Amino acid sequence: MPDKDLQALTEQEYKYGFVSDIEMESIPAGVNEDIVKLISRKKGEPEFMLEWRLRALRHWRTMREPTWQKPHYPAIDYQSIIYYSAPKPKKELSSLDEIDPELRATFEKLGISLDEQKRIAGVTGGLDSATAASPAPGVTPRVAIDAVFDSVSVKTTFQETLKEQGIIFCSMSEAIRNHPELVQKYLGSVVPFTDNYFATLNCAVFSDGSFCYIPKGVRCPMELSTYFRINTAGTGQFERTLIIADEGAYVSYLEGCTAPQRDENQLHAAVVELVALDNATIKYSTVQNWYPGDKEGKGGIYNFVTKRGIAHKNARISWTQVETGSAITWKYPSCVLKGDNSVGEFYSVAMTRDYQMADTGTKMIHLGKNTKSTIVSKGISAGKGDQSYRGLVKITKAASGARNFSQCDSLLLGDKCGAHTFPYIESQNKSAVVEHEASTSKISDDQIFFLRQRGLSEEDAVNLIVNGFCKQVLSELPMEFAVEAQKLLGLKLEGAVG
Amino acid sequence: MPTPLLEIKDLHVSVEGTEILHGLSLSVNAGEVHAIMGPNGSGKSTLTKVLAGHEAYQVTSGSARYKGKDLLALEPEIRAREGLFLAFQYPLEIPGVSNTYFLRAALNAHRKHRGQPEMDAAKFLEVLKEKAKQVDVDPALLNRPINEGFSGGEKKRNEILQMLMLEPTLGLLDETDSGLDIDALKIVAHGVNSLRSKERGFVVVTHYQRLLDYIVPDYVHVLFQGRIVKSGKKELALELEKKGYGWIEEELAAANPGSVKV
Repeated sequence: MPDKDLQALTEQEYKYGFVSDIEMESIPAGVNEDIVKLISRKKGEPEFMLEWRLRALRHWRTMREPTWQKPHYPAIDYQSIIYYSAPKPKKELSSLDEIDPELRATFEKLGISLDEQKRIAGVTGGLDSATAASPAPGVTPRVAIDAVFDSVSVKTTFQETLKEQGIIFCSMSEAIRNHPELVQKYLGSVVPFTDNYFATLNCAVFSDGSFCYIPKGVRCPMELSTYFRINTAGTGQFERTLIIADEGAYVSYLEGCTAPQRDENQLHAAVVELVALDNATIKYSTVQNWYPGDKEGKGGIYNFVTKRGIAHKNARISWTQVETGSAITWKYPSCVLKGDNSVGEFYSVAMTRDYQMADTGTKMIHLGKNTKSTIVSKGISAGKGDQSYRGLVKITKAASGARNFSQCDSLLLGDKCGAHTFPYIESQNKSAVVEHEASTSKISDDQIFFLRQRGLSEEDAVNLIVNGFCKQVLSELPMEFAVEAQKLLGLKLEGAVG
Repeated sequence: MPTPLLEIKDLHVSVEGTEILHGLSLSVNAGEVHAIMGPNGSGKSTLTKVLAGHEAYQVTSGSARYKGKDLLALEPEIRAREGLFLAFQYPLEIPGVSNTYFLRAALNAHRKHRGQPEMDAAKFLEVLKEKAKQVDVDPALLNRPINEGFSGGEKKRNEILQMLMLEPTLGLLDETDSGLDIDALKIVAHGVNSLRSKERGFVVVTHYQRLLDYIVPDYVHVLFQGRIVKSGKKELALELEKKGYGWIEEELAAANPGSVKV
């Protein structure tokens, strides 16, 4: 590839690195009982929540930060992080029109419309919204959005429409105030406050997030989605998502994320819990595009997230993730297949370039009989990017007839990147069938030459090959988001090849 | 005298520091089919790759003009969009990318280059199906990933299908006949012949006279140790088939002692 092209391409920058000038209300940095009490008070939480938070904080103090992961990072000073930062309310808002115009403009700029009359461009934000928002004629897929800005949810759309079917879709803060019985029953039921260092910290300090409840037998008529935006410097984002699909219910949920470009690293330690009761289905998709840091590896988000779902009898939980951002991505969306015949799926595309690192994968815990899990992981490394697939398939004694199929493929672009696979399989039941396939490949010069010989530019050639490589996973995303994820990968690839 | 479609003069080409072509000259006019024959390792594939712009092949001196322009100054995709097509000896596989999707992207890249609007999906499929039939490509293969799991013959027919879709001005066929049975050979030859016209030229690299029974060349050249050492009409191919290359080596050695490593 000629140097001039390479140079032009490597100048491709992160599109969402802007900072919004919005008056914010932040609390002092650091974490202690007073801070936790302050957050809880700001949210107007009932006593049980504060109690839970404090128990988590006390437990967190006894824990040590894990070190077994592949990506290493300079020590995080947890006392220098601001745990709560929210746009200052100008007055009590009663309608959409009263949202701070600057805030609304920020989301518009990201391609997210907070106006129910307008279709959203999508969760990855602003990626040529004209194309993304052109579904087939006659199809009007609508997406309800919960927009989270730093520590708080600023707007949840279509709440009223959803309510007609008994669906609750709101910010976690609202859920705690308005539906304490559901929160108390399910919060921490999948990821307990003792779970792991980052999840435990999240339990103590989480500020907002999304809550969703689909009643018995209801098929949620639209995609539900949360868009996370980190804006303020020095803050960490600790959100909490809880989705409950009652018996026989169905919901497809999607999250997207971006953050401004900054030289220092920012921590995003979220917890997502999914509860799929008997015969329910939850599809959870993520298109993650946090600021990845610059060419020299300076700055970027630490995306340390705990995601887990529990599937009851005949239930199905499907995780699909497209991870393109963050300096470090470290997460394992997992399924606890508790009920007989329950199904868990994990489809992942992770792309790392420059100095990005990813250590991601899944855990499939088979507890029930005839439980099934599928894992398809596609890793793409370019530049000095380094990534690991780490996965656990555990078949317990009781899980007779359990089945797992895992496929982990890595694609390397260039010769300075790395890909690693750590599959762990623990089977305690002789009737289980566990299959694992793995491959590592490079895009060959001959493949690129072939495509260029047919008239495609080098960029388009690489794009085509990468999209082909990811196809199996991208096809699991809701259609319009698949288009955006594809474009996002294309943008990420620019300048990644040379 | 019109400008030749392709004019190669004294071309020297190296791969990883080793010179493979030592001053090759060749002129192809529009409307002509030239066959290039020669023993293994004589530089036949190198010639097609360097004309198509593969980066591993370094031109150290000499020139190649295409439609009067400096071909070597163009990026591979520009050469392609200007109508230069290479049918690969070993067609590449691209997992996960459907033939149809790829061909449409390629065709539209060509159309854009020519200032034409994109071909709409319905029209494209119609044309594709018709051309696929012409080279006996199973419609089911069109939606499969490029060449993945295709048989040798299917891959070669797929190359010709791509050529039919892109309608090049200069077609380079690199041993397209290798590994084909006689029926497939006829199909491939028929595909090429259907494109023959007074505007188009072809350079057909082959080991065997057999292909030339079906794609009848105007000229036959013998490539030997990086140079064209003998040129003739189609009868030359028959002679090579009968006598092999030994007599050409002897002729060369006699004419120019010391220049040929026998």
